[in-house]
Amino acid sequence: MRKFLRDVGTVFAREIRPELRSPIGLLFAMIQPVLFLVLFGPMLSGADLTEASSSWSWFVPGILVMMCLFGPLGAGHSLMVELSGGQMERFLATPVNRAALVVGRTAKDLVTLLLQAVLIMAVAVPLGLDLHLPGAVAALALLAVLGVGLSGFSYLLAIAALPSGNLFWIVTQVFVFPIILLSGVLLPIEAGPGWLQTISTVNPGRYIVDAARVLFGGELLTAEVAQGLFAAALLAAGGLWLATRAMRRGV
Amino acid sequence: MDEPLMVQARGLRKTFMVGRQPVEAVRNVSLDVPAGGLLALLGPNGAGKSTTMRMLTTLLPPTAGSVHVAGIDAVAEPALARRQIGYVGQKHAAGENYRIRDELITQARLFGLSKAVARERADEALEMLGIASLGKRAPGTLSGGQRRRVDIAFGLVHRPRVLFLDEPTTGLDPHSRAGVWEQIERLRREHDMTVLLTTHYLDEVERAAGQIVIVDAGEVVAQGSAAELRGRVPGAASLDDVFIALTGRRLQATGEAYSHA
Ligand SMILES: Nc1ncnc2c1ncn2[C@@H]1O[C@H](COP(=O)(O)OP(=O)(O)OP(=O)(O)O)[C@@H](O)[C@H]1O
Ligand SMILES: [Mg+2]
Repeated sequence: MRKFLRDVGTVFAREIRPELRSPIGLLFAMIQPVLFLVLFGPMLSGADLTEASSSWSWFVPGILVMMCLFGPLGAGHSLMVELSGGQMERFLATPVNRAALVVGRTAKDLVTLLLQAVLIMAVAVPLGLDLHLPGAVAALALLAVLGVGLSGFSYLLAIAALPSGNLFWIVTQVFVFPIILLSGVLLPIEAGPGWLQTISTVNPGRYIVDAARVLFGGELLTAEVAQGLFAAALLAAGGLWLATRAMRRGV
Repeated sequence: MDEPLMVQARGLRKTFMVGRQPVEAVRNVSLDVPAGGLLALLGPNGAGKSTTMRMLTTLLPPTAGSVHVAGIDAVAEPALARRQIGYVGQKHAAGENYRIRDELITQARLFGLSKAVARERADEALEMLGIASLGKRAPGTLSGGQRRRVDIAFGLVHRPRVLFLDEPTTGLDPHSRAGVWEQIERLRREHDMTVLLTTHYLDEVERAAGQIVIVDAGEVVAQGSAAELRGRVPGAASLDDVFIALTGRRLQATGEAYSHA
């Protein structure tokens, strides 16, 4: 266990160092969510589509979940590059704990995600977001669990996609859009026809977005929150377990 | 005569599945390297050298056969075996977005060294390979030869007992090649390191005076010292002639099989 934690620390330190050295990449990844906030958010408050008291506490949680689908779910790209180069082979020939190779990277993805999420909230407050602190903190925790799961799945995808890498691109570039739309990130699912609502019930993203919205609305202990947390925890456990297993099998 | 063996491989075989097609990369390779010894694996492109190296270094589980490194069964106990080895693969080892010295420190840390010792060793390795001034650079800014020397630094930064080098000198100018060999000799002399490497440069193997194993199409076709191998092929003036005589016919045969496939 001590060796595992030590290896996680070493891998995490390796991954976070370039980010700290040039944080510009971290900010760059925020351009898209900020654009959604500034150029799309105001239209929602005008259209008055939502039941929520403020359209901002409805919209911001969705954008945060969307960030997970572009950030942590895309994190596997760096692993894919290092798998086809010689870097991962170099690591795998060392005694490093295999799970630590996944967890250390995931920890770095998590730190960047939380940092970005806090910045997005900071941008949203002047736009009109009414911030309930306990709810927002709980939503960040939910987001963290989701982020861990998606980054785990991303590493699994990266390993499974080799040597061509096609599978990785198909999932991260094509598959995410239906997931985002069917989570009701941009418009409420309830406004859609019955068949769309039916499909969305098998999308874990929907439960997580719903839970985040309840939390941002200031409520903490509701059935929606429990459902969302359960879906995120399931993703996290599955993602980490599968990615670690793939790494252990050697690549 | 009773030298302890640092690396011992018996009947190594590796069959890859490419779709439904089996590819027999390694069919039958056995080799012994005594502690402190040097063994060079020679063979034409595609002979199975890298695949053999990857099985010896726990990166690939063999389809059949056994590997022992420093007395440890590397197939059954890969995690233990990894502590004993340094591996320099055929591809580049330093990550693109990372500084070389940081990468070397990470590497040493993964072998359990403390931060202070890891830093010391990283600087030593850089110094040893004549690239001390490049430590703060990212690998993308280096020349091919400089990059290769960085790769080699990863193999020895933690001072392993056995060093595996897959084509360490490919792409280096004669001066750098000589420099790398000087360092290999020094590691063997000063740290009693055992070295197992692959190369296409027969002249350097001849000079290094180790054991030579020639593989072709996944099988060992000859082994011995350079002098012994030359004695096997009448009229062979150099190791090049031996290599061509021993692998030439087969090379052609493989080529034909390939063109019919
Ligand atoms: N992962 C793999 N999947 C399928 N076939 C492979 C794989 N790795 C190697 N091979 C095949 O196994 C054979 C041996 O390859 P290997 O890389 O071991 O050769 P090599 O002797 O190192 O060649 P070179 O001198 O070109 O580096 C080749 O025919 C190669 O195509
Ligand atoms: Mg090779």
